Amino acid sequence: MAKIDFVLNGKKTVADCHPAMRLLDYLRTEAKLTGVKEGCGEGECGACSVLLDHKVANSCMVPMANVMGKEVITIEGFRDTQKFKVLEKAFQEAGAVQCGICTPGMIIASESLLNVNPHPTDDEIRIALSGNLCRCTGYNMIVEAVLQAAREGEGLW
Amino acid sequence: MVEALMPKDLASALDLLEKNECLLFAGGTDLMVQKRSWSETIPKFDKPVMFLSGIKQLGHIIDHPNHISIGAMVTLENLLVSDLTPKLLKRCIAEMAAPGIRNLATLAGNIGNASPAGDSLPVLYVLDAMVKIQSKSDSRLVNIADYIIGPRQTILAPNEMITEIQIPKRYFTNESFVKVGPRRSDTIAKLSLAGVASIENAVVTEIRIAFGAVYKTIVRDKLIEASLSGKSPSALRELVPEIIDKYSKLIVPIDDQRSSAQYRHQVSLNLLADFIRSL
Ligand SMILES: Cc1cc2nc3c(=O)[nH]c(=O)nc-3n(C[C@H](O)[C@H](O)[C@H](O)COP(=O)(O)OP(=O)(O)OC[C@H]3O[C@@H](n4cnc5c(N)ncnc54)[C@H](O)[C@@H]3O)c2cc1C
Ligand code: FES
Ligand code: FES
Repeated sequence: MAKIDFVLNGKKTVADCHPAMRLLDYLRTEAKLTGVKEGCGEGECGACSVLLDHKVANSCMVPMANVMGKEVITIEGFRDTQKFKVLEKAFQEAGAVQCGICTPGMIIASESLLNVNPHPTDDEIRIALSGNLCRCTGYNMIVEAVLQAAREGEGLW
Repeated sequence: MVEALMPKDLASALDLLEKNECLLFAGGTDLMVQKRSWSETIPKFDKPVMFLSGIKQLGHIIDHPNHISIGAMVTLENLLVSDLTPKLLKRCIAEMAAPGIRNLATLAGNIGNASPAGDSLPVLYVLDAMVKIQSKSDSRLVNIADYIIGPRQTILAPNEMITEIQIPKRYFTNESFVKVGPRRSDTIAKLSLAGVASIENAVVTEIRIAFGAVYKTIVRDKLIEASLSGKSPSALRELVPEIIDKYSKLIVPIDDQRSSAQYRHQVSLNLLADFIRSL
């Protein structure tokens, strides 16, 4: 066991856990943040996406040791922001949410993109979301939603 | 439960390596899959694990007069956005995995994993990248082609680790990286080819070619390369059948589920022909 210091959704946190414990498991079972989903557990689906130092990361690939001193934001933490509201509205209006399993990951990956590229092209959005699988929508609506969020959230990112 | 070591600097890491045989852990995007256990349980490591993420000295990308040095904990995404990264390497990284993986995965991990399908490897081979290996009392610089000796086999001794990768600064007039895989990213290469060449006054003064995922290690042959330099691009175009013949013997893919050996053999030779004809 070890003590891992990090910032979780804005709060200083000390996790008392095995350093090899997956961040995904810590978030879901210890911190009870269940917006983070386990899809494949192998880095392929993006359902477990979180922001690690403001960049998208698959939390099923991250041992707690690698979170030491870093900042983690999950969909629950992101929910309180203006940026989330813009993304949420755009996702709803564009019909980008069907079953919703992929949505937290899609929103996190979109935020990670918009942070460094507030005016992405269609192609840049597809690349940014290429690690997030959606079985329902066929992606076009999701790309549309991110384009809309970038327009309507002008100045936020 | 296996022991975990979390050194805070390089000196203590190398010290610990003298006393413990460890599994070196960088971004974990290979190891978390290879050592995966049931969900909600700790991955199964068979040795003590040393997490390198706390070692600040491994996060650098530095511009030296003759080479770029890339610290062992530099991520693929760091390299994708850095102005110092050689263009060809960037082009290849852009085709590796997706951002959520690239933000974790390191170049050193791609080398350390020593998979014949590691996408950065053909590029590192043609760029003659050097791997800096350090132990508590020693430091050596090894060409990437000598560092990897087989599938998942390297020359690293138990008390050593890669601390940086050095890429010589060289300007080539022609550079190419092609990866053939089922999807754009997020996939292990079925096969790939990296090629660089310098053409001066209509003469190919230097040419280097490396194939990924078609043999136990990356295939690069300096003797064939030497036989091709000194000729004009058009002379090389005429030699394409002979060149294909020479490389054909070296390309002996292992047959696995990703695609049949015969398919890989043929496609990699087509990529070779394309590269020669593009000069
Ligand atoms: C969804 C997904 C997609 C992927 N797509 C691609 C792809 O398109 N192309 C590709 O090539 N790979 C791909 N990979 C594989 C992986 O992301 C890369 O090989 C990556 O570069 C590994 O780096 P890491 O830091 O995560 O390595 P780790 O998993 O931490 O380590 C990998 C190996 O390197 C060794 N190692 C790490 N650091 C050192 C060091 N400093 N010194 C010595 N040995 C060391 C480790 O002991 C281990 O054996 C993918 C993986 C996933 C999960
Ligand atoms: S659960 Fe992490 S990528 Fe699928
Ligand atoms: S909405 Fe169902 S997986 Fe994307």
